[in-house]
Amino acid sequence: MKNIWALSAVVLKESIRRKDFYVVFVVTAIVTLVMGSVTLFHDDQIVRYLKEICLLLIWISSLVIAITMAARQIPTERESRTIYPLLAKPITRTEVLLGKFLGCWLAMAVALVAFYVFFGLVAMTKEHHWPLANYFQAVWLHWVMLGVVVAMSLLGSLLFSAVSANVTISLVAVTFILLIGRHLDHIAVQFGEPARSGLMGLFFILPHLEFFDVRDLVIHNWPSIHWLVCLKATAYGTVYGAFFLLAACLLFRRRSLN
Amino acid sequence: MMTMSTAQTNAIRETRSFRSALRLLLLLVCGFCLAIDLSGWFQSWPGNRTQSTNPLAVTMGDARRLFANQFFVKADAYFHSGMYPTIYDNRQSFTTPHIAEDSGAMKGKNTGDETAFLGPPRNWIDAFGRQFYPSVHTHLSDGGADGQEGEGTVREILPWLALSTELDPKRVEVYTVTAYWLRRMNKIDESEQELREGLKENPGDPQLLFDLGRLFSEARRNPGNARNVWEAGLRNWESLPDKESDKNRFVAEEIFGALAHLEETAHNTNQATALLERLKAVSTTPQSVQGWIERLKGQNIP
Repeated sequence: MKNIWALSAVVLKESIRRKDFYVVFVVTAIVTLVMGSVTLFHDDQIVRYLKEICLLLIWISSLVIAITMAARQIPTERESRTIYPLLAKPITRTEVLLGKFLGCWLAMAVALVAFYVFFGLVAMTKEHHWPLANYFQAVWLHWVMLGVVVAMSLLGSLLFSAVSANVTISLVAVTFILLIGRHLDHIAVQFGEPARSGLMGLFFILPHLEFFDVRDLVIHNWPSIHWLVCLKATAYGTVYGAFFLLAACLLFRRRSLN
Repeated sequence: MMTMSTAQTNAIRETRSFRSALRLLLLLVCGFCLAIDLSGWFQSWPGNRTQSTNPLAVTMGDARRLFANQFFVKADAYFHSGMYPTIYDNRQSFTTPHIAEDSGAMKGKNTGDETAFLGPPRNWIDAFGRQFYPSVHTHLSDGGADGQEGEGTVREILPWLALSTELDPKRVEVYTVTAYWLRRMNKIDESEQELREGLKENPGDPQLLFDLGRLFSEARRNPGNARNVWEAGLRNWESLPDKESDKNRFVAEEIFGALAHLEETAHNTNQATALLERLKAVSTTPQSVQGWIERLKGQNIP
């Protein structure tokens, strides 16, 4: 566990040194503030469109950062040949992978806190209240979802030869799940066999990342979700995250480093 | 020998540099002349987008009209606090956006139960997933998501309506819907401004004139102005080439009804009856209009 923490700290420090997060944060802030400066029909209390734009930018930014960060971890170590001295130390390949995962996941936690604090401040200036329970659930579920995405991207970095291929495929897959995942069973019934069974199988196998997307509830000030439901969603995300990580560990242990 | 060679090389280099500079100057002059020649044509070219002051029109051209309906529907989704059918759901009860139906801008074509378009959960994933998005039917005008929000929260639909009119200024119903909800929020000046902007883009449109008359009648308490505007709307409706279309008949129904009501209030029973007779001719429910006529005639009997 000590090795995993040490490695994750390195990944976290490296992500803080990189400019990616700062750039997307500044872009998100500028776009949100410019949109927020617009006054329509002399009414300065209109806020939900601003919350929607800000949350959309946060989701896009976090997905791009998480996937690109996780996708380049192992390939960069290989290309720069730093993986050899690393594995020469008393550390297993599984520990390396888990350390990389934890580092990326913690870096995303830092990024999400920064993003959502900004979002909360923007919303509060117009709404004059801060529904903390709703915001906490939104951040928590978002972070759990990013855990699945980071694990998926790490697995992809071992399956695909190029970082760019992994990033593209991971982004397409995540977008597909978020947009279509919930409706796959609906789509399936419109097809004949065997496509119907295939799509239904996909519907039940896919990690339903849309469970973690509570943006509409936050934007429209719906009451917070029941905590037990939140816990179940966390368990669901943990199972899928663990599955991808386990698959990645198995692959990494058998994979030649050359 | 070496010195001569260096001098020659330098001379050749200088000549080449001079020639390059001349070529650059020539290209610059050519570009300048072409720009002068083309600018006159470009200014008069009908496809020149730079004449518009609307940044969306400049960047997207006429393609922006394709997205106007998306944002109109988005406003309706906001009116339902995000609980809205997707393309995969049963949309029969959302054929006409509720914000338009409630405002009277569009004739309602909705059927079915608007509260149950999701149907019973299809499987455990569907049942569990419904906890993470709005799945209860509400209207912002009736308390919103938690049932306790004031009617002022209807303001949240306005940005999307404004964007829709920016994208397609020819969509009359968006102006009337925006004006109606502004009026409901007691923003009378803004409502009138919106309708006048609509009339600037769609001169003499009967639907916009009807709504402007309604604003004069209900909000400004000025029946004289309302009558003038409605009568102008009626004249414009009569000159429409497709006045018998469903949409235009609906507008005529609204104007005839409003004028008849105005005359009835002013105790001009004969004028009111004449207008109701005309209303009966265009109405989809002539029986109810006949009932109104008989009631009026009954009142007129001493």
